Amino acid sequence: MATSKLTEERPTGRPEEIKAVPVRHPGRWLAAAIVLVVAASIVRAIVTNTGPNKGFEWVWVGHYLFDSRILHGVVATIYITFLSMLIGIILGVVAAIMRLSPNPIVSGASWLYIWFFRGTPLLVQILFWYNLQALFPTISLGIPFGPAFVHTHANSIITTLVAGLLALGLNEGAYMSEIVRAGIISVDEGQTQAAQSLGMSRLQIMRLIVLPQAMRVIIPPTGNETISMLKNTSLLSVISFGELLFAAQTIYDVNYKIIALLIVASIWYLAMTSVLYVGQYFIERRYGRGFSRAERATMRERWLALGGGRR
Amino acid sequence: MTDSMVRAEAVHKRFGRLEVLKGINLEVKPGQVMCMLGPSGSGKSTFLRCINHLEKINAGRLYVDGELVGYRQSGDKLYELREDEVAKKRSEIGMVFQQFNLFPHMTALENVALAPIRVKGMSRSDARSRGEQLLQRVGLGDKLGTYPMALSGGQQQRVAIARALAMEPKLMLFDEPTSALDPELVGDVLDAMRQLARDGMTMIVVTHEMGFAREVADEVVFMDEGVVVESGPPAEVLGAPRHERTQAFLSKVL
Repeated sequence: MATSKLTEERPTGRPEEIKAVPVRHPGRWLAAAIVLVVAASIVRAIVTNTGPNKGFEWVWVGHYLFDSRILHGVVATIYITFLSMLIGIILGVVAAIMRLSPNPIVSGASWLYIWFFRGTPLLVQILFWYNLQALFPTISLGIPFGPAFVHTHANSIITTLVAGLLALGLNEGAYMSEIVRAGIISVDEGQTQAAQSLGMSRLQIMRLIVLPQAMRVIIPPTGNETISMLKNTSLLSVISFGELLFAAQTIYDVNYKIIALLIVASIWYLAMTSVLYVGQYFIERRYGRGFSRAERATMRERWLALGGGRR
Repeated sequence: MTDSMVRAEAVHKRFGRLEVLKGINLEVKPGQVMCMLGPSGSGKSTFLRCINHLEKINAGRLYVDGELVGYRQSGDKLYELREDEVAKKRSEIGMVFQQFNLFPHMTALENVALAPIRVKGMSRSDARSRGEQLLQRVGLGDKLGTYPMALSGGQQQRVAIARALAMEPKLMLFDEPTSALDPELVGDVLDAMRQLARDGMTMIVVTHEMGFAREVADEVVFMDEGVVVESGPPAEVLGAPRHERTQAFLSKVL
């Protein structure tokens, strides 16, 4: 018998490594073939299209890819994304902490804010802030219901930049607050109790113990939010804010190379979101400290991991 | 009154309709070690958490070092203490939890040095060198830069003890410190606690470790269903329990 023979040959020590004939997967090969054929035909259509529109005009894509107006649009997109996310994250943390407050007025205010800004379309909010001077022609700074110190015309403050920042930042704050709240709730109650038993104040506990741990839960969706934000900045083209899409539109309004310029914009959007993916990876590692048994990875391992794709 | 470290007078605690503590009277003198035994749900842990005001008591009086816990008495009126006053009192009482509750995003040394820096305002270098000493004292001098996740349960619990000691507490509370540990790791933690008792620390220990209670405790308290059933020196309570509930419990545990 085969089995008894095997055991007779190796009575002690480690048994022989298993070398079995692998199962065939014809379905996988078929699926791969279909995908490759479809992909090849799409690539062919894009590259060689010479229809009545003269195709996608790759020459024009190359021509405008590094056009100074486009590059200015890229820079504007980056900084408005950055500033809006900054506002959004700060508002989000504040709103999340307010939401968890025992004071019903404070938590209610936070709830109302989230309800309003999540419940109305971003595009409507952008148009709303842009047209605010119609509703409040003057803006005053002073004591509420009391004397005002500064008066100014709304349309001198509400520039397209400010309207855009207000709209994107306030909207983002509402979404971020839910993300931050989920992160705060995810931290074990015992952490707060341990910190309390050491005599730490509520603010210290939040800042030093809870938020750093909540980060692990907060970071991945925040990365997604940043990527969404980068793309949502294109909505500001409707109020003529000079970001990437608006720059592309300004050019194609004159020369009608619509598809070429939309491809140019898409290439830049893809490039920027790709950079964000890499950034997100490093930030996730930073806040994953102490949560994996592995010691901190070397730089080389990090680069290898990038290639390997952990997510 | 001032010569007792902890003094409970008819302490009651409710969670909603459930009365968890039904009139606890006990006293711990400075330098004493009290072990609290009893089945789970008997209110031992809740009582411990009342001592540093992690839970508010509903009736009775609870004193630590001669001062009311969580309140200030003026005439016959009680005033709730402000948050910072409560925090100040808590900082004088060390607590060790069943689940360790180390801060996972900080190294062992950072865990120990955090509160002295942030709460006591100790300088970073002083807090670090003191933290190193304390970790050495619990046998973890080689784990200063290690994150809790990479430590065994027994090592984590010893870091937690060092963290509590770093605040130089006048009283240490242990809430089932060895219940979440593998049996072979219990010894190191108990050794650290024994050492602490020898150094004269006042301790209240909720535990199921009968050997430890017998050897280290000055007084053993047996609780069941929110009341103290029996208390006294370990030889009496553990050796010759008078109450039948104590006898029944001990016969199952020993």
